[in-house]
Amino acid sequence: MSVNRRALVMLVLLAVPASLAIAVWNGSVDIPSPRLLAALFGGGDAIDREILWGLRAPRALSAFACGALLALAGTLLQALLRNPLADPFLLGISGGAAAGSLTGMLVGAALALQHVFAFAGAAFAAASVFAFSLRPSGWNAYRVILAGVALSAGFGAVVSLLLSLAPAAQVHGMLFWLMGDLSGATNPLPAWIVLGITAVLAQFQAAPLDLLALGDDKARSLGVAVLAAQSITFGCASLATMAAVLLAGSIGFVGLVTPHLLRLLGVHHHRLLLPLSAATGGSMLTIADTLARSIQAPVGLPVGIVTALIGVPVLLVLLARMRG
Amino acid sequence: MIAARGLSIALADRALIQNLDIEIKAGECWAVLGRNGSGKSSLLLAMAGLRRPSAGEVRLRERSIGQWPRRELAKMVSIVLQDESADYWGSTLDYVMLGRYPRSRTAYSEDPALRNQALSLLGELDLDGHEAQPYRTLSGGERQRARIAQSLMQDTECLLLDEPLQHLDLKHQLAVMQALARRATAGRAVLMALHDPAMASRLCGHVILLYDSGRALHGRIAEMLTLNNLESLYQCRLEPADRSDIQVFVPR
Repeated sequence: MSVNRRALVMLVLLAVPASLAIAVWNGSVDIPSPRLLAALFGGGDAIDREILWGLRAPRALSAFACGALLALAGTLLQALLRNPLADPFLLGISGGAAAGSLTGMLVGAALALQHVFAFAGAAFAAASVFAFSLRPSGWNAYRVILAGVALSAGFGAVVSLLLSLAPAAQVHGMLFWLMGDLSGATNPLPAWIVLGITAVLAQFQAAPLDLLALGDDKARSLGVAVLAAQSITFGCASLATMAAVLLAGSIGFVGLVTPHLLRLLGVHHHRLLLPLSAATGGSMLTIADTLARSIQAPVGLPVGIVTALIGVPVLLVLLARMRG
Repeated sequence: MIAARGLSIALADRALIQNLDIEIKAGECWAVLGRNGSGKSSLLLAMAGLRRPSAGEVRLRERSIGQWPRRELAKMVSIVLQDESADYWGSTLDYVMLGRYPRSRTAYSEDPALRNQALSLLGELDLDGHEAQPYRTLSGGERQRARIAQSLMQDTECLLLDEPLQHLDLKHQLAVMQALARRATAGRAVLMALHDPAMASRLCGHVILLYDSGRALHGRIAEMLTLNNLESLYQCRLEPADRSDIQVFVPR
């Protein structure tokens, strides 16, 4: 491992606690650092403790889990489909979740039931793509992409239909959901559990994912169980995307950009790329969400806007500086 | 070591190979010659266990190739495909090291002995100094040699190569052929698809000639590479060139 790469790993690992700390330290209520520190260790004022542990920490942890899940899913899909443009929303999973969730909102279902609707939509999308792309001979990347794009378009139409049917009072909430918003994310635990499971499963696929870049036949001739590796990869990516979307709606860009960011910085092996993507995506979204909360406080912006506004210029600068 | 028994291969109802019986023994170097679309690649893919034949079977160490577990097979048979993806973002040395995957379960090893082995393979194929260069940025011919180096890194007893000389200049064609001939001399079995009968007769001991409609001839190269055989194989007129030690034919 070169010195540069070691420095990069250290930087990414430092960004994790740093981003979480920044998120917890900033909010619409200004609490001085000493009181926050006291609250952090279970002392201090009861209201401070409630703000810290009841509001800011769950929000920060939700943002982190969400970003990490999306970045992980993006990395996995880019390797699976051998397509640098692949991102978690290519598979129509977020479209399915959006159609489900908005249906839930429209029929006036309770929040928990809305999640069930969203899950049903996402699971339907993932299962459809799976069914269309898996053939006995193996996966066909074109079929995955085409099925995903077709499903996304279909769900897009459904979402537009729901938006035009919805009473004006509901449209604002629906739009926030569609743009990606963490204000409703109060329970990060399920997302963290999914993150743990998918990250560990994906890590076992790190070497096969490197070999899959050489093509299915070549990977097979080098001893990779191609069908199993691709199925596990697709499963992990779908699961991670679902967990992220259920937590915060469709937050764009993190899943597409994070793996590219790291590749432009010289990380190519999935053994390193997968965990670093998760850590970087998590930190980026945590910071972006802190900004989204603070720019117009106490009114929060959808975090999806912030990720795109920051992510696009960063990627373009790196792209311009890349050699070759 | 590796054998085809009654092997038939059909592609979209067209018979490419019918009832082929060959056995490649340890230490033998075989060439497959035939016109474009005659089934050379299909034969190699079937021999590697990557395509199911329409009839017959490929046997490796007296066991049907489909019965070997993937990873065990990868320790015994390697194949350089005609088209391999160039989408590998790592260094050329890392690319070659991927050949160790069947034996190590991790893609890359920090073991200095293995790194030296990979470096010496790069040297053998005249890629000294390219080890840190990204694989993607190699030229076509350099990339082809890196693929062959990766295949040699796999260290298998049976080497299959589909047009190993593509994109290579004359010097490097010879370097690759000599590297492969050394492997055969060291007791490996080598089977490669070629387009150059002269190169085949220079370094291979046996040849398979694939004709249309599934007909194939095979045997010792000196007996097989006759003017008649090659003219009907390539369906063009040839004339012998004036060489005393080997048979060479050039287009007329």
